[in-house]
Amino acid sequence: MPADPAPDTTRVVIPSDPMAVREALCALFNRLMAGPMQEDTRDTAQIVLAEALNNIVEHAYAQSPGEIEVTIEVSAHGLSCSIVDHGKPMPNGHLPSGRRPETREGDTALEDLPEGGFGWHLIRTLSQDLSYRRVGSENLLTFRIGSKQYTQ
Amino acid sequence: MQFETTTYPDLIVVHLREARIDAAGAIDFKERMREYTQDPSLRVMLDLSQVAFIDSSGLGAVVAVRKSLGPDRQLELAGLTSAVQKVFRLTRMDSVFPIYDSIPEGTGGLRNAG
Repeated sequence: MPADPAPDTTRVVIPSDPMAVREALCALFNRLMAGPMQEDTRDTAQIVLAEALNNIVEHAYAQSPGEIEVTIEVSAHGLSCSIVDHGKPMPNGHLPSGRRPETREGDTALEDLPEGGFGWHLIRTLSQDLSYRRVGSENLLTFRIGSKQYTQ
Repeated sequence: MQFETTTYPDLIVVHLREARIDAAGAIDFKERMREYTQDPSLRVMLDLSQVAFIDSSGLGAVVAVRKSLGPDRQLELAGLTSAVQKVFRLTRMDSVFPIYDSIPEGTGGLRNAG
């Protein structure tokens, strides 16, 4: 059996800003279009990465300037990602539980419809091997998106 | 953000001419949608067929627009692409909105670029 080709590693450092997050995701996923990843895996990866980066911009740096370093390793099996920032640590040092905001078909009152709180639910549902560590002044988040990991 | 609208006697279809509804564009999206949905006699349909990606901020903005319409009007969605569908399904927001595969064919609608 032929050996798998070496994984393709990309590292980018972006400022903590929603527009920079958008540009980085667009550049990265346009490039991945040409690669071996299935469309569904690519969609999944972009959702998880977007939520993780938006969370850093909104909560870890919370409007103050800072840098986010994203390293992505792509192979035929999927994608491994690690994200480093120097913002505030996660509350209590742990990742949020990511429980899906409550909605019941037909009977959630209009004013009670959730407008947020979806991010960690999406990350936890769509990623594998999700891990968070605070190392000195750094937050380190790692996860994997596998080609066949989720059935829904 | 680029939009077009098609107005029918009882319906306005808002065509979003953008590839993304994300954290960088969510506020702009909400404000523009508020302008297009002023007339309470019109049903509102949002054409998402050109939107390839939505994040949770974008989803929150769509929910906020739904809420701003009040209890007497729905926000109908049409043309969801695969990544957008996935986000609506995983958050169960697909049960909150009427969702159509495609937008109605333009018979007698007045089209505006905006």
